[in-house]
Amino acid sequence: MTDIAIVGAAQTPYQRCRDDANFAEMIYEVTCGALADAGLGISDIDNFITVSNDFWDGRTISSMAVQDACGSSFEGGRNVSTVEGDGTFGLLYGMMRILSGAYQTTLVVVHCKGSEGNMRQITNGMFDYIYTRPLGIEAIGAAALQARRYMDSYNITEEDFAHVSVKNRGNALRNPHAQLAAEMTVEEVMASKPIASPLKLHDLSPISDGAAAVILAHRNVADKLGRKPVWVKGIAHCSEAHFLGDRDLAEAPALRDASRRAYQMAGIKKPFAEIDVVELYDAFSYMEPLWLEELGFCPRGKGGELARLGATAFDGPVPVNPSGGVLSAHAVLVAGLARVIEAALQVRGEAGERQVEGPVEFALAHGINGPCGQSHCVVILGE
Amino acid sequence: MTTSPEEHIIYDGRIKMPYTWAAGKTSSYFLTQLRDYGRLWGTRCPDCAMVYMPPRKNCPRCVVTDTTWVELPPRGVLETFTVVHFSEPSLQPMEPPYIYGIVRLDGADTGLTHLVSEIEPNRLRSGMRMEAAFKKLEQRRGEITDLLYFRPEGGGRQ
Ligand SMILES: [Zn+2]
Repeated sequence: MTDIAIVGAAQTPYQRCRDDANFAEMIYEVTCGALADAGLGISDIDNFITVSNDFWDGRTISSMAVQDACGSSFEGGRNVSTVEGDGTFGLLYGMMRILSGAYQTTLVVVHCKGSEGNMRQITNGMFDYIYTRPLGIEAIGAAALQARRYMDSYNITEEDFAHVSVKNRGNALRNPHAQLAAEMTVEEVMASKPIASPLKLHDLSPISDGAAAVILAHRNVADKLGRKPVWVKGIAHCSEAHFLGDRDLAEAPALRDASRRAYQMAGIKKPFAEIDVVELYDAFSYMEPLWLEELGFCPRGKGGELARLGATAFDGPVPVNPSGGVLSAHAVLVAGLARVIEAALQVRGEAGERQVEGPVEFALAHGINGPCGQSHCVVILGE
Repeated sequence: MTTSPEEHIIYDGRIKMPYTWAAGKTSSYFLTQLRDYGRLWGTRCPDCAMVYMPPRKNCPRCVVTDTTWVELPPRGVLETFTVVHFSEPSLQPMEPPYIYGIVRLDGADTGLTHLVSEIEPNRLRSGMRMEAAFKKLEQRRGEITDLLYFRPEGGGRQ
């Protein structure tokens, strides 16, 4: 349990090419949305976190370009700081700044337009320039190496992954913010265009534009703010080795570590029994079962069975990505904070058509950054 | 005020930024040995004895200086692979389909990500024995691509 609550949130719809708004205009849109959701005015916010990536924005110090739009210049300028990483890392940093004692509230904003740059060149740029970048490998090729390693380690099949795509794209039909929503069959996923074996077109998340915002408040003020607070019950972050070859890509020890520390904070002992809904960062179909194994929802190597047997279905015992997940909308950096917002809506009971059945005592949200999930942030939300 | 129909203006841009990156002493030794002799050197941690490929100034686990160079044979095991089908000419070293793999050289504790060739994609299996193919001496430039690719041990497809 922490002393921090989410008291307001907003996200844009996600689409391939958002050509009617620039970065700052998207940030203004979600800033207004989050303030309205919280019932607050800009003067109630005393600290700001902007999350962005210079390569994706095509400029240096990209975080500075959205300060006017998120309100941090209000009354001659308030405190603003910045994160280059997933939106969940911005959430963690925003919490830390409140817990420093210096601030009562924090607005965390994140934006990305995948459509405006070259995703492949940008993700090639995340690798070291001596040994890896000259090979031309980028995010999809690296993910394919991880998917193959995972399959070969535990006899998991491409069909197992296809079940995840079918589930999440189907769930997205209930989410008006989603970009890709469809009733699909396993056969259609299997027959989709090969991209980098074993990954095919429908194993991949789309290229998306979008933005999201969350307002955090300290316990001292959260209860007085009108909007029923959603508490951060547990949170932890962990990162692993830089070189792909240093890691056993069939495992994610950083996620194991982060989740165990987040569970301990929240007082969770049996995640499968105690957590009611999960929103995780499935940038590729294979990631959902692999992450679920490391989150302790099933034994190692059994992740493939979860979607196939319906355990993670919308009406299953633990719905995973009822929003459609990242497979249905992937604004990079934004996608982790979108998972937090989706989890918060589930706790409030305000997820509309995608609200899962029964009360939500604990909801888990998850964000990643770096190739093949090099770093992970796990967030446990509850009433 | 005159009115005009709604229009969304899109700017075309390109950032081209030159850099000169120092490889550092450790990688410089590795790259000159690769260039001049076609040899592959890893480093061994004095505390945990992990042998790293590519070599490191320090062991990332123990955070002590890796003081010992270890010559590794140009052979090892394919840990994972992918056949790339999509095309990105600005980036890719050859026309797709082509293959990436992670090869753990004999005696190393970490794998090297590189290209794989001289094999039909449907014959690829994790756990296969692989050997390194090098560029000709006069073509080597002190780059990781002086190691051309890995191929099945004992010679690949001719
Ligand atoms: Zn060591």
